[in-house]
Amino acid sequence: MRGFLLNRLSQSLILLLIVSLIGFLVLNLLPGGPLAQFGLDPSMTQDDLDRLKEQLGLNRPLWMQYLDWAWRLLQGDWGHSFRDGAPVLAVIGRHVFATLLLMGTSTAIAIAIGTWIGIRGATHRYSLFDHLATIGAMVALSIPTFWFGLVGIYIFSLRLGWVPAGNMYTIGDGSVLNYLHHLILPSIVLSLVHVAIWSRYMRTATLDAISQDFVKTARAKGLSERRVIMKHVVGNALLPMITLAGVQLPSILTGALVTETVFTWPGMGRLFLDSLGYSDYPVVMGLLMFSAILVILGNLIADIVVAIVDPRIRLG
Amino acid sequence: MTALAANAEPSRWWRSRTVRRFTSHHLALLGVAMIAVLTLACVFGPHLLPYDSLYIDLRARFSPPLTGDHYLGTDPLGRDVAARLFMAGRTSLLVAFSAMLLSTLIGTFVGVIAGYRGGWIGAALMRTVDGFLSFPSIFLLLALAAALKPSPAMVTVIVAVTSWMEVARIVEAEVRSLREREFVLAGRMLGLSGTHIMFREILPNAMGPIIVAATLTVARAILLEAYISFLGYGIQPPLPSWGNMLEGAQQYLDSAPWLAIIPGAAITMAVTSFNFIGDGLRDALDVRDDRV
Repeated sequence: MRGFLLNRLSQSLILLLIVSLIGFLVLNLLPGGPLAQFGLDPSMTQDDLDRLKEQLGLNRPLWMQYLDWAWRLLQGDWGHSFRDGAPVLAVIGRHVFATLLLMGTSTAIAIAIGTWIGIRGATHRYSLFDHLATIGAMVALSIPTFWFGLVGIYIFSLRLGWVPAGNMYTIGDGSVLNYLHHLILPSIVLSLVHVAIWSRYMRTATLDAISQDFVKTARAKGLSERRVIMKHVVGNALLPMITLAGVQLPSILTGALVTETVFTWPGMGRLFLDSLGYSDYPVVMGLLMFSAILVILGNLIADIVVAIVDPRIRLG
Repeated sequence: MTALAANAEPSRWWRSRTVRRFTSHHLALLGVAMIAVLTLACVFGPHLLPYDSLYIDLRARFSPPLTGDHYLGTDPLGRDVAARLFMAGRTSLLVAFSAMLLSTLIGTFVGVIAGYRGGWIGAALMRTVDGFLSFPSIFLLLALAAALKPSPAMVTVIVAVTSWMEVARIVEAEVRSLREREFVLAGRMLGLSGTHIMFREILPNAMGPIIVAATLTVARAILLEAYISFLGYGIQPPLPSWGNMLEGAQQYLDSAPWLAIIPGAAITMAVTSFNFIGDGLRDALDVRDDRV
């Protein structure tokens, strides 16, 4: 286990290094580069900008600037927002909960429905249900999430009036029920794509598990088909799904961004878009790096969980 | 279809197993038909419709579909939605197709080098692929779009830069497995250069997976362009694209829902078609693939 952990941890660190290099590249592509903050201020003359450049060390070679930037990132000094001067990490921190709430709920929905569709598709292979699920998944993967959100709002809040059209809660009403009411539609919208992905993978994993020897043994013992599936097949089929949950993180975050935009949900995606609108580049860069780190961390955790549950991986 | 022909016998390629399998895949045929209809509509539609896509008629603002000659209604400026939809289709399909070509080119190049050379070059290239995949694609796309002023060409480049990784991974795995085969060893013994072996001997044998991945990349590129244009950072008006037609649609959702529904339906139709075609090609070309 220790060898596995060290190996996996070093992989993540290398990935972090590469991600930071890409991030630094994007930072230098932004208009005005790291100086954008001051370039927007009309009272600044070119001389002022040149002096600032000197002071901030932007005349040094790029690799020194990179080391400096990465070192400050590691220390938790991610700069300050142009808008209100608050530290970037604090600004992001204020929006993390809303995004995690939305992502968590929609992932739970996706796992529950996707697992069911996947298992049923595998146990009733080539049935009408299986064919419809296959086609349905392909169509679901083709629908733009933001458009699905717009159609959802039109039908369920504008026409039927069942759910609110946006925001996380009604101002002046902080009850859990009110939060839940606002949460329903965006989390269903966000889960659509992941129900599709989850069900396809679950179907493959279930078919894989069914063809294993231990299933034959279980059947030979005379267990009922239901028990064989529930006890021996599903458990084994769910293992690769833990890895999948980690791998899907970037696409869930992407989906969250557009969903939050359509539903004016106060999360990280909404913050990213608002910050872009205000040219608040420190927050934009912060979110870019924060989301990548979140993804690397999520994959690491998923792999460790799989290793804990499945001895074949940590020993093999 | 020429690409399919290359894999089949030189004569009577239309009777080859690959073509037979593709034509027995009903969804793939449906996809081809839908794309054909969409493309024809986008090419010829604007010439057949009574209104120009840029013609503003403020007296006819917000006409619902099927009012007079406005078959799909009009937008907040009284412009004909059908004409705009077809002109937007030209932009969106062209951008997506060019982005696919560019990203397939980048991905294939990186994948072939990484798979054939292996060693630290291969490791460095594949870790870079992992690095790009760690960013949520929209975050990276939007940051780049904000940094570089988004002309249609730039949008194409940005979309390609954020979607070449899948192709690279597929090609790398394929080339790595082909590297030790006899025909490659024979090529080496004949003294062929590394470049010749990589691109003239190995690459043609990896065309199947590349074609499938390229088809799915078109679908992905249409979606990505739609996302960033919807958010206002992609194709800029007055040049219409399916994404930017949806940009202002949310504020009129209650009074003019067709403004949101129609372009989105076109996007879904195009993307579904390319996904269907990709699925059919995967079966026809015998590509093993664990992805959806």
